[in-house]
Amino acid sequence: MSAPEGNVGSGGIDLLLVEDNPNDAELTQRALKKSGLGVGLTIARDGAEALEYLLGGGHPRPRVVFLDLKLPKIDGIEVLRRLRADERTRSIPVVVLTSSQEERDIAECYKLGVNSYVVKPVEFDKFYKVVGDLATYWFVLNKSAL
Amino acid sequence: MTSLEDVEILLVEDNPNDVELTLRALQKQNLAAKVFVVKDGAEALEFIFATGPFAKRKSAKLPKVILLDLKLPKVDGIEVLRRVKSDERTKHTPVVMLTSSQEERDVLNTYNLGVNSYIVKPVDFSNFVHAVSELGLYWGLLNKIPY
Repeated sequence: MSAPEGNVGSGGIDLLLVEDNPNDAELTQRALKKSGLGVGLTIARDGAEALEYLLGGGHPRPRVVFLDLKLPKIDGIEVLRRLRADERTRSIPVVVLTSSQEERDIAECYKLGVNSYVVKPVEFDKFYKVVGDLATYWFVLNKSAL
Repeated sequence: MTSLEDVEILLVEDNPNDVELTLRALQKQNLAAKVFVVKDGAEALEFIFATGPFAKRKSAKLPKVILLDLKLPKVDGIEVLRRVKSDERTKHTPVVMLTSSQEERDVLNTYNLGVNSYIVKPVDFSNFVHAVSELGLYWGLLNKIPY
């Protein structure tokens, strides 16, 4: 678990990024910094770390979770299932951010109550832009439950 | 207004000024042609579940997103949300609350019922137009749905 590195002032935890690919995590971190929104970022590198962070107690509640699907230890679908089954985390917006375009994955995530499903663009520039668009939507427009 | 078979955005809004502003904002993103407007919660449910005057929609796809006000005549937004998210046929359809309520109780309540996103209507005209055009792009283009 890395410290909140992208934090530009709020001191709070805004975004939990659950991502095992270091390149994607770094790119996301850079795009968030570039957005200038001051999003406080924490990164979990696998599903078990994410669940420990969110359900283990002792951590502030993030405003949004960006969740990859293919993850070591516990996969993203199972993380989503457990977050939705627990009253403490049921109302946290979860955005699946994945390279999978499979209908089965998309349908399963919605069935489990995902808030949004976004496919990671393969190209660097487009991925960078999508992260900026996601940050604007979920941190400027959307209101999360406290 | 579009044909009933080709609706991508269902707007559930009883305030005519907000309807007009929303359509104007979506027009900027070339999304206005695919919007269908209903003015109360009962009509929204008839549209979504293809009953009553909308029975001929039976074979049509569900919209890419439902923009739902909270305070509505006949059936309120909370009840529309509850019905959409508790039905296997419609629970996959993204629902975004677009409301003037900033009450934490409404926010928490709608998330617990499975709302996909909660947007407080900006009071300022240009901020309202900007917010609607951003959310049109997000749910119209960026977000993926299983149908």
